Amino acid sequence: MERCDRLAGIFTMMSVAGGTGSGVGTYITQCLRDMYPQSFIFNQLTWPYGAGEVTVQNYNSVLTLSHLYQLSDAILVHENDTVHKICSRLMNIKHISINDVNKVIAHQLGSVLQPAYTADSSGHYCRNPIGELLSSVVCHPEYKLLSLCNIPQMSSTSLAYSAFNWPGLLKHLRQMLIASARMEEGIDWTVSVPSAVASGGESGTNSRQKCFNVSIANLLILRGKDVSTAQTDGFKDAGLYVPWFTTENSFSTWNSPVPFNGYEKSATLVSNSQSLLKPLDNIVRKAWDMFASRAYLHQYTKFGISEEDFLDSFTALEQIISSYTHL
Amino acid sequence: TQSVVVQVGQCGNQVGCRFWDLALREHSHVNQKGVYDEALSSFFRNDDPRRGHRANCIGGRITGLKARAVLVDMEEGVLAEILQGPLRQLFSSTQLISDVSGSGNNWAVGHHTYGSAYREQIVDQVRRAAEHCDCLQCFFLIHSMGGGTGSGLGTFVLKLLEEEFPEVYRIVTSVYPTAEDDVITSPYNCVLAMKELTEHADCVLPVDNQSLVDIVGKIQHMSHTGKPSCVIKKNCTIISGQGGVVKVEKPFDAMNNIVANLLLNITSSARFEGSLNMDLNEIAMNLVPFPRLHYLVSSLTPLYTLADVNVPPRRLDQMFSDAFSKEHQLIRADPKHNLYLACALMLRGNVQLSDLRRNIDRLKPTLPFVPWNQEGWKTSLCSVPPVGHTHSLLALANNTCVQFAFSQLRERFVKLYRRKAHLHHYLAVDGMESAGFSEALSCLSDLIQDYTHLECPLMPNAPRLSIAT
Repeated sequence: MERCDRLAGIFTMMSVAGGTGSGVGTYITQCLRDMYPQSFIFNQLTWPYGAGEVTVQNYNSVLTLSHLYQLSDAILVHENDTVHKICSRLMNIKHISINDVNKVIAHQLGSVLQPAYTADSSGHYCRNPIGELLSSVVCHPEYKLLSLCNIPQMSSTSLAYSAFNWPGLLKHLRQMLIASARMEEGIDWTVSVPSAVASGGESGTNSRQKCFNVSIANLLILRGKDVSTAQTDGFKDAGLYVPWFTTENSFSTWNSPVPFNGYEKSATLVSNSQSLLKPLDNIVRKAWDMFASRAYLHQYTKFGISEEDFLDSFTALEQIISSYTHL
Repeated sequence: TQSVVVQVGQCGNQVGCRFWDLALREHSHVNQKGVYDEALSSFFRNDDPRRGHRANCIGGRITGLKARAVLVDMEEGVLAEILQGPLRQLFSSTQLISDVSGSGNNWAVGHHTYGSAYREQIVDQVRRAAEHCDCLQCFFLIHSMGGGTGSGLGTFVLKLLEEEFPEVYRIVTSVYPTAEDDVITSPYNCVLAMKELTEHADCVLPVDNQSLVDIVGKIQHMSHTGKPSCVIKKNCTIISGQGGVVKVEKPFDAMNNIVANLLLNITSSARFEGSLNMDLNEIAMNLVPFPRLHYLVSSLTPLYTLADVNVPPRRLDQMFSDAFSKEHQLIRADPKHNLYLACALMLRGNVQLSDLRRNIDRLKPTLPFVPWNQEGWKTSLCSVPPVGHTHSLLALANNTCVQFAFSQLRERFVKLYRRKAHLHHYLAVDGMESAGFSEALSCLSDLIQDYTHLECPLMPNAPRLSIAT
């Protein structure tokens, strides 16, 4: 920290399934928050494979998320299942190694954190990326879960033969947002947003919850050739967002003419929306089933985490789930 | 982190020796430069007689490897052989604790008589081994259940380890006798020992002699079929000791090598690097949902590597399937047809994440897991394969199938106990009460019932917490 001229923020990366990343990571975040109460703390979390990679992953996830939610300014989530599918279906990697998975995550993070021009700093590269990201998408302390979509993503051999245009990319990205697709394949094109100026106020809200992924805020980051020609109006549709937040505040764009990581044009959407609701709910449900059976609890109480601590964590997460469900 | 091996009794020491021989073989395969590295320091310290303990730093040259071990036997034969054999330089004479006449296959003699007689000496030696460690994580106890020393004194040592080093994990490898074991009182010894294992071990890896015999038979059958596509690569089986320090093969070596390989594989991720590491403390954490239910069924695959390079290597997926087959389990059990509480897959060598995930997805529908742990998998990937293989898999399962093995054991015990056969040999020993027998029996019955109860499909009726909106 002392080596920084100007600290833009703290960015942590860890998993939630294991013990070190999740436990020590949360503790370190706590310490950092105590030491630097004014700094931005932005946590990147990797969620484990749904089919199981650590037996107690759901307990560790619940404990981590409930604590981090209080300490962190924003939580950006990557799911192993999603990244794995990107490797196998989009990048066509036959034998996927952990390195391959990590490269995709790194690529996605890079597409966000590399220098860019933002609304606040259109003349020079933004000097406060974390701060601006937070103010763009995390506007309410109860809603901190962020997901990330980045397209295109493909193998280098395919890349050589592909051409991209901004309208195409943005159309796909928008549909991925409203259909909760985290990768550019198998997107459900039947999902649509009812027109914002709808006659039915309340009934409109109900049907919206069932139909498409409601957003609180979105940040679109465009990098590459002719980036100034990109039309982003599709994301300004008020129907995409919660009614209590105006569109001017809920949608922002950053861009940079510099192509990123070999892609002539690439688009990333950092989204504060309901798209993580289902995976989060699954984690809590499985953890709760295990907790109700009292399995593995002795392993935790041995080290000072009591059943009350678990209950507190479950309560906190049910609250988050409830908040996102009722958008 | 470091581990200390405590081998007790004739079986414990025979298996232990195979372990040390194969461990040296494995490390010398990987460690080409003779540097004392992190991997070696798990089980070995580096002794330099000129500089005493200060030679024990990572990165220096290997001057004299000493096993982190304590060897205990109440008969002289096995330990004497070790001290004269090719592995003798691994042990300083103080690490060996012995007596003359043995325990006479009597658990009470091993536990009470020798226990109290040798308590100080054993604690001393274990403490010494522990002091040589920067960070002692785990004790590996190796013993058999059917005899007197391994079973009786071995479980006494287990209790001792818990008292003196409560923070250090205790992983016990227990060799159970076959039903036709020639020791008539082996059921008594086993059940008396079981109580101690249930109460004082963090994790038990039961191994059945019959399973070892069957696996050895299977491999030897493959070696002798003569079909060109079935020729096994020499020295690349889990029963082979070729390439080790010890040149002369002894009668039980093939069977003991299997157990030695089990120990090597379980510790591989803690010793060598890999993309998804798994330390020893993670074994108990992930596989033991309830403290007493810590008996893990293990299986090792592949059993051998085929010699013919023209034969397409057995598909990786076959290795995963084999890990769940009855024939590959180290106890007589069929986990596939019982209930899994949790399962660990520890892979070594040239296996990728996608192979692992694909096989979990493929096998999951065929394996019944308890309803509250449907995704109860723990996975690890270690880059270094075992000697002679390109890849291998160790599966550790906490599965209700163990109840059948334990029930059979209980039956054999009750058959003797009902008639009070041979009981006087035990009760004559100072410290052994008849209550000890009834308590051990009820402990075993409770354990069997705990496993049976888990098969009851009822989920506790606990609705999730709801938030007022």
